[in-house]
Amino acid sequence: MTDNHIDQPESRVPARVIGTPSSNGPILSGDNRREAGAAFLADEDVHEVKGVPGVVYQDPASARRAERLVALLFTITFLAGAAFIAAYVAFQVGTIDKTAVSNYALGGTLSVALLSLASGITLWVRRIMPKYYLVQERHPMASDSATREYVKETFLEGANESGFVKHKLLRRTLLLAAAPLGLAPLVLLKDLGPLPGTSLRHTVWGAPTKDGKPRRLVVEGTGQPIRAADFNSPGGILSVVPEGYEEDLNALAKATLILLKFRPEEIKSGTNLNWTHDGIVAYSKICTHVGCPAALYEQTTHHILCPCHQSTFDAADGAKVIFGPAARPLPQLPIGIDGEGYLVAKSDFNVPVGPSFWERGDAEAEAREKKA
Amino acid sequence: MNTPPKAIADTSTFLDDRLGAGRFLKRNLRKVFPDHWSFLLGEIALYSFIILLLTGTFLTLWFKPSMGEVTYSGSYQPLVGVRMSEAYASALNISFDVRGGLLIRQIHHWAALLFVAGMTVHMLRVFFTGAYRKPRELNWLIGVGLLTLALLEGLTGYSLPDDLLSGAGLRITEGVMMAIPIVGTYITFFLFGGEYPGHDVISRFFTIHILLIPGILLALISAHMILMWVQKHTQMPGTGRAETNVVGAPFYPAFMAKAGAFFLFTFAVIALLGTFAQINPIWLFGPYTPADISAGSQPDFYMGFLEGALRLMPSWEINFWGHTVALSVLIPALVPMGIIMTGLALYPFAEQWITGDRREHHIADRPRNNPHRTAIGISGIAFYGILWLLGANDEISANFKVSLYSTTIFGRFAIFIGPAIAYLIAYRICIGLQRKDAEVLSHGVESGVIKRMPNGEYIEVHTPAAQDIADHMRGKELIPVIESGVDGEGIPPKSARTALGRLRAKMSEAYGTDRVPFDGDGHAHDAGHHEEEHAAVGSGGDHKQLH
Ligand code: HEM
Ligand code: FES
Repeated sequence: MTDNHIDQPESRVPARVIGTPSSNGPILSGDNRREAGAAFLADEDVHEVKGVPGVVYQDPASARRAERLVALLFTITFLAGAAFIAAYVAFQVGTIDKTAVSNYALGGTLSVALLSLASGITLWVRRIMPKYYLVQERHPMASDSATREYVKETFLEGANESGFVKHKLLRRTLLLAAAPLGLAPLVLLKDLGPLPGTSLRHTVWGAPTKDGKPRRLVVEGTGQPIRAADFNSPGGILSVVPEGYEEDLNALAKATLILLKFRPEEIKSGTNLNWTHDGIVAYSKICTHVGCPAALYEQTTHHILCPCHQSTFDAADGAKVIFGPAARPLPQLPIGIDGEGYLVAKSDFNVPVGPSFWERGDAEAEAREKKA
Repeated sequence: MNTPPKAIADTSTFLDDRLGAGRFLKRNLRKVFPDHWSFLLGEIALYSFIILLLTGTFLTLWFKPSMGEVTYSGSYQPLVGVRMSEAYASALNISFDVRGGLLIRQIHHWAALLFVAGMTVHMLRVFFTGAYRKPRELNWLIGVGLLTLALLEGLTGYSLPDDLLSGAGLRITEGVMMAIPIVGTYITFFLFGGEYPGHDVISRFFTIHILLIPGILLALISAHMILMWVQKHTQMPGTGRAETNVVGAPFYPAFMAKAGAFFLFTFAVIALLGTFAQINPIWLFGPYTPADISAGSQPDFYMGFLEGALRLMPSWEINFWGHTVALSVLIPALVPMGIIMTGLALYPFAEQWITGDRREHHIADRPRNNPHRTAIGISGIAFYGILWLLGANDEISANFKVSLYSTTIFGRFAIFIGPAIAYLIAYRICIGLQRKDAEVLSHGVESGVIKRMPNGEYIEVHTPAAQDIADHMRGKELIPVIESGVDGEGIPPKSARTALGRLRAKMSEAYGTDRVPFDGDGHAHDAGHHEEEHAAVGSGGDHKQLH
């Protein structure tokens, strides 16, 4: 192994090796730097080199001044640390205001303690410890060629001795033996979750209700059912969830709706009129990009905006995408009213809601074909 | 002091008798560490990690990683009576019912930001100074792994409190996973234990966040430190510094004390931020529900570039044979991250291939002295930065009164043009700086003294540059160029005859050719006392033996 060898030219030979034993390193002023620091270096690799000052001791008077400063900083750390403990005892938490006071007191004292300790040590290093400009040799990382040769030989010897090379059957059955064991941990992970099946294609809007009647739309948060006649202000928008699933996050993650009311002349061809009731339209609130709730609405333009990546949907026109990364419109839910005049779902969505997935396919086209 | 105190002497003897620790200490106590401000960047990341371990452990004592529903009855009045997950309730508890809990939560979050930021900037330092070159490629790869893991660690941690904001991040994660072809829905169902959000993800993320990833991080960071220790730190060029040595301060006592102080400084800064700069006030967001989102929600900064990529993308989607490939999700989620991480991981090897340089390097390059590398790095920063800015385009649009959509459309062009412009500018600047160095070396620096010549002309007197500055500049090392094109007899070497070989030779020439050779006294190869340095580097000519 010579390729990496870094030659050591004559002039690199150290002017003097530090490490020559000598008891106490004398404290010297900066002028005597070349004499300093011979005391301690046991490592033959550490040298002084031309142009590099070596160990330069601080001026003792200045070091003594620094000492007083460092001592002051350490004392501040002590006081701040004590204050931290006192603050812990003195300030209780609970209300927002009390928590804030406790937080400032604890954090403030902790910060001061850390900061002054850090400054103290830095000053110590800079003003009291000597300045070091030591030179240490580097050696190439690679081992020498004799070592490499030895390792290679030993490896081959061992491999041959073990019989791994000669006994083919041994080798093959060992591999065979390892395969199922290696797979076992993966198999064990299977029960992490159920398989998706067709669950992504349905929402609870299609699930039968207890009494067999269509499922009502209720206001998110209050759980109030919505009387069609009361939701009469055009331009209004409401976040709506399925009755009976108001607290079920799994259901809400797919079934949440936005409900809007239009004047009849505002509705464009993209919206399925059969699925509206008296100008009231329901779209899935789950963005078809990656599933954030598309929660923002601009009344004048009828734009639904998803705050996550700003996909923009035209609510008057079947919620088709007019800007942003979402590739599909927000699915529309067929709605009508029940006997008491409350808004209900007439059926489930006819396409999967929310983000795209591999098995989804062009569900919109399929739905159109089915109808035709 | 002439003898060590008895307590220390006895302990040392005890340990040495049993471990032979003396031999190790003899070699390492006085290990020399070079100094440069940029070497502190990695330390920031290291110390932030230590702080994360300490504060994170504290948080685990109260945090309940459960999605079971509870009705909140703690001290924070506005949410009393609200139904929420146990995780969220316990995070509120840490904030309002545990003394110092809020402080530690905020310190933990700030430390996480500083951890990723420190790591990123440290990596840029290593890149721009070429400190990833042989023999340090393995440590570079470990670093790339650390950065990737840190992003994952941050993502899982951010999700734990289960507030409305963290839930939005989780939902996006789910949407991205679902888009993965063939296996997307399966891995999503496995992660969430069924349909989103399910009841398992918080406890699973908890295990990943406090055990799995920190364990791997700890192992990798230790390996990173050991390699650094064994290979010794790189140093900047300068007086007395050579490829064969390290110039600096000994580990004991100077470096040790400095490092300790720097840990305390890092901790102090994070503590200050944790005290006075509110971060992630989860009580304002409310519990998670997939039906709602808080407007203007922003992820932590290190996720910003992914967010920007998602925002930038046009709505492309492919449907065929009943299957869907959601390009508008897959491309932004995988391509930028892929380009950046793979690019980083492969760069040392690509550079070696292009330059044919298989020597060891211990003197750090000044960025200007490898203009193509620097330009590539800057162009990567531009790429990342544009994505990152686009991740906040709603804020930009609101604050600067430009239309939201024009920021997106601007971004769609900028992401291609920006890095190219950045490349050109960075390259020109490097060459300009090299010229300046060459000028300083050959003509000296302006002394500020104006002299009137006999013919009436005024000139400024130049003096030679100070020794240390000149040495720093002369440390410029030429980038090797592989034998290319034609030799004396017009026959290209064998390796350059294939198309790939010719491309390699061309790239090598472009990459390595020195555009600003130092002339006269300044020339790196002419300077008498520098010959040794270059001789010391060795030609590396017989490197083939290794392979
Ligand atoms: C190593 C890198 C780490 C990163 C980047 C990181 C990041 C985060 C982030 C961003 C949060 C959200 C904080 C918030 O509530 O505002 C978090 C929460 C948490 N982390 Fe970490 N963390 C790390 C390590 C750890 C470790 C080592 C532990 C435990 C041993 C831990 C335990 C926790 C716990 C229990 C929470 C939830 C507590 C709460 O939010 O109130 N973390 N982490
Ligand atoms: S989730 Fe709606 S735009 Fe991305």
